[in-house]
Formats: sequence, C-alpha cells, structure tokens
Amino acid sequence: MTDQAKRALIHMLGVTKVYGKGEAEVRALAGIDLRVDEGEMIAIMGQSGSGKSTCMNIVGCLDAPTSGTYLFRNVNVGELDNNQRALLRRHYIGFVFQGFNLLARTSAQENVELPLVYRRVPAAQRREKAKAALQLVGLAGRESHKPNELSGGQQQRVAIARALASDPSLLLADEPTGNLDSARSAEVMELLVQLNRERGITVMVITHEPEMAEFCQRTVEFRDGRILSDTRKPS
Amino acid sequence: MITATIIMALREIRRNLMRSSLTMLGVVIGVGAVVALVSIGRGATESVTASIASMGHNMLTISPGAARRGGARTPSTPFKMEDVTAIQNDIRGLAAIAPTGSRSLMLVYGNKNWRASVTGTNEDYVRVRNYAVAYGREMSAADVRSGRAVCMLGATTKKELFGSQDAIGESIRVDKISCEVIAVLKPKGEGGMGQDQDDLVIMPLLTFQRRIAGNRDVSTIYVSVDEGRPSSLVKDQITSLMREKRRTARGAEDDFNVRDMAELMATMESTTTALTALLGAIAAVSLIVGGIGIMNIMLVSVTERTREIGTRLAIGATGKEVLMQFLVEAVMLSTLGGCIGVVLGVGGAGIASKYLNIPFVVVPEIIMVAFLFSATIGVVFGFLPARKAANLNPIEALRHE
Repeated sequence: MTDQAKRALIHMLGVTKVYGKGEAEVRALAGIDLRVDEGEMIAIMGQSGSGKSTCMNIVGCLDAPTSGTYLFRNVNVGELDNNQRALLRRHYIGFVFQGFNLLARTSAQENVELPLVYRRVPAAQRREKAKAALQLVGLAGRESHKPNELSGGQQQRVAIARALASDPSLLLADEPTGNLDSARSAEVMELLVQLNRERGITVMVITHEPEMAEFCQRTVEFRDGRILSDTRKPS
Repeated sequence: MITATIIMALREIRRNLMRSSLTMLGVVIGVGAVVALVSIGRGATESVTASIASMGHNMLTISPGAARRGGARTPSTPFKMEDVTAIQNDIRGLAAIAPTGSRSLMLVYGNKNWRASVTGTNEDYVRVRNYAVAYGREMSAADVRSGRAVCMLGATTKKELFGSQDAIGESIRVDKISCEVIAVLKPKGEGGMGQDQDDLVIMPLLTFQRRIAGNRDVSTIYVSVDEGRPSSLVKDQITSLMREKRRTARGAEDDFNVRDMAELMATMESTTTALTALLGAIAAVSLIVGGIGIMNIMLVSVTERTREIGTRLAIGATGKEVLMQFLVEAVMLSTLGGCIGVVLGVGGAGIASKYLNIPFVVVPEIIMVAFLFSATIGVVFGFLPARKAANLNPIEALRHE
C-alpha cells in the first residue's frame, strides 16, 4: 500500500443502497465513489432525496451498503455485523445531529461523558475529559447546566463536545446548523473549522446550505443518488 | 460499566419519580401482601399450636361417649376407678394419669356468685394439663387420698370471686359444701377452641365424688405420655384396653373416645399451613400483575425514549448494552418495589398481629423468596421492552419524533 492509501479514512467504491423490494424499490445511492483523507474538512451537499443522508448513514457505519465496498480506516464495513459497527462508531466516530439529541434533564457534563461510559473510561478520567471537551467548545463553567437551560447554539456546542470527548478520527455532522440562526450557525461552523485545523480531526458536514459549505475546503454535491460534483477550494 | 448502568437506571427512575413510584406500586403491593399474609398466617399457626400445647403436654384425653360428630349422642357409661387403675398398670410409657369428674356449679364467696367448671381430680392434674400454681400450695397426694375439702382456683375464677383480695385460706361455697382455697393457678389463656382455661375450680376427686356428684364415676381421664413415646401407639393400646374393660362387642363402635393432642395439633397446623399457602398464592398473583405493570410502563418508556436510544446507539452503544440498560432499570424498579413491599409487609403484619392477638412472626425465608421473586419479575417482564429497545434501528430511532 502506498502512503496515500494509508491516509485514506473513507473509501467508497461503487457503493449502492437500495431500500424496499420490487416496485417499491428505492435506489438511494446509485454507485458512489468517494475518498476522504485524514484531516480533510468536507461538505456533503444536496437536496432532500439526493442520497446525502443515506451516504452519511453509511459513512457513519450506522448502515451497511447494499453493494460495493466501503472501507473505513481500511476496514470493510460491509462485512461487519451490527455489533462490530457499533464498536467502530464508539471508538472512531463522533456524531453531531441537527436536533442536538442531548439527553433531557441531564447535565452538559453527563451528556459529554456518555460516549466515554460506553468506552469504559474510568469515572475520574471521564470527568476530566468531558470538562476539557466542554472548555474546548467554550462552555467552561456550564458543566452542570441541563439542555433546557442552554440556548440552541450552546446545546449544539455540548453535542460537539460530546462528539469530541472520545477523540474520534471522524466527526460527522448532520445538518449541524439546521436549527440555528445564521449568527449561531457561523459560530458552530467556525468551531468545526477550528477543530479540524488545530486537532486534525476529519470533519464531514452534511448540509443543504451553500453558506455552510463555504466553510469547508471540499464540497461534494449529490443528486439522485450520484455525485454531481466534487470541488476543492484552492488553498 | 455495570455501576455506570445502575447509576444510569437510578437516575432514570428518579427523573420520572411519579411514574416510577406508580409503576413500583404493583410490586410493592404484591410483595407486601405476600410477606404480610404469610407472616400473619405463620403467627396464627403458632398461636394455635401454642394454645393446644397449653392444654396439656403430650396429652391424651379419654372420655366416655362415641366420637361421632353431630346426631344424637348415645348416653354411655362413665368410667370407673378400676379403668383408671387398669390403664395405670397395663399401659407402659405414661408420665402421669389424672382421672376427673367435672360439673358446672355455682360458687359463692361473701356476696359474690360465680358459675364455673368444678373438676375433681388427683395431684397429677396440674402437671398433665400444664397448669402452674401462682401462689399457695399445690393439692397434695394426701389431700386427694383423704378427700379433704380443699380447692385450687383458676385465675379468672379467683378474680371474679375475690377481686384483688387474697384468696388463700378463705372458704368458698361450692354447691352445698364449703371448701378451703389452698392455691391460685397462673393464667393460661384461651384453649385451642377459644374457651377460657382459667375459669375453673380443682378439688380432690374423692371430695367431688362423695360430696358433689354422689357417685364414684369418672368422666374424662387425662393421660400424659412419656416424652419420646409415640402418643398414637399409646392411644391404640388404651383403646383396645378400654374396649376389653367395657366389653365392647367386636366390630361395634367405641363407646368412648381417645383424643390425641399431638394429632389435633398436627391437624390444626396443616389446616393453617394450607390456608397460609392459599393466601400466599393469591398474593403472588398480585405480584405477577405488578410485573405486568412494570412491563407496560417500560414499553411506553422505550417508545418515549426512542430518540435517546437512537443517540446512544449512534454514539457507540451496542444492542446488548441498551438491552442491559433497560433490563437493569426494570430490575431496579421491581427490587426497589420489593424492598418497600417487604418493609410494608412486615410492618403490616406487626400491626395486624397486634389487633388479631397473635404472635408477630417474621419469616425470613418468605422475605427472601418475595424479594428474589420481585427481582425475577423485573428480569422476566423487563426483557420484552428491553429487547424492543435493543433491536431498534439507530437510523429510524434518530429520526423518531
């Protein structure tokens, strides 16, 4: 293997995803070839129904492709069962969702600790890591706040801290700014850019807003289950 | 991990305190009912055995008349002193034997009247019937032999005639005769059939026969069997001896009856045990109903928390871990309910036994069983909802509104 291949984090080859059978069959992905290297910051764009969410589910190891090969860290995800995919997510992927998906009535600190609980990190270390992650997203001093005591932007920061806490190789953000106003959106995107630059975390943002894609070096556009364009900003 | 899971479960229970307590209520009532009913049942058994034992230790009673229940009782010949001597001489393994004659008579002391059962017997009666002298002197063999006009009073009788006044040395009128009180007995409480065992007068048999009954008949004979000798064997021997003495025709029914206290005790005990088991079983049904309640709420909870489950799965929880989380939650609910139920059950049994006037018995086995049963119920009824949660598709769960 060449040096280049080693650095590939995501490698999709002719990936398809088909839902349903017979007449109700829906081809959500119709053959995707995509390679994302470590340290990239990439935006996945497309209208609803374009297949970008399906692509995200496969990239995030939440779902397996119908055909084709998906290599994540050179592991063929299509050959893994539910459990093994869960372990892959646990150790290498951090998720940020449009709806924040924080546990209600649970403090920011405990929300951030959650993935560490599944990674069997001892309690003391868990507390420290969560605190550091919250500090990184600019929420130091809000550890004991519950989600309903935080603004939308702050909640999304907690979610990002949660994704960061386990030091993932890939941070997967599904419409992270969908529920935020433009000022908060810009802040969240800037935070992601900062994390990508300073910590070298590979970031993949799924969005339908071109302004958000602007923050990324690379933009891949989906249409009808295929990649329409793949553009890199000149650096 | 397991501590984290338990903490998570406890937090979840606390987060929905109202709902959790209502969910637990079913198990609380179930466990409480089982513990309380079985404890009360055990207490009742104990009180029955104790009262039967109080009637006499290892005792047989031999009384004239067939043992037939209901219908007309054929009048039958009373025993004679010769029968008593025969039993004494021919049957081995008797600790004591007390022939009695008894009547309900009017007692008079000063201006007080009281009707009580007057029993003529020998010096062994006190021992056979498990009485004890509170104060005064026990009726002696000499009193019995010479037929002195002395008597011992039961606690109730003494109270009715003398109140708090000292009775020893006083004379009371028993029917037509005057009789000196030489002793007062310690109270024994109710007998196995609820009769007051302390309302009686005991005097020498000879005195009773000569001066009250006017004959030499013996009605009931009380026999105390040696410790370790099977009372049923003695009972059979006495039966055949009496049939011989009374010339009962072969095949004819006994015209007397020998009652074995041990037998009676066993019968009573098995009856109360069966009743206790029945009550316990009914209570156990309510425990199962409580388990179904837990399952219901857990199913609702899984639906409600679908998004949370989706998040956990996305973050890297395996299906097994989600299953464990919900299972632990259900088990926590049921065991917490079980603990509260045990406390309430024991407390309830304590209060009930006070009002029912039975000994308060804590039955550790049943507490353990009820507790373990409640935990098992958590596992059994928590499994279905937990599996439902574990089998959720993370993508759909995340999208769930």
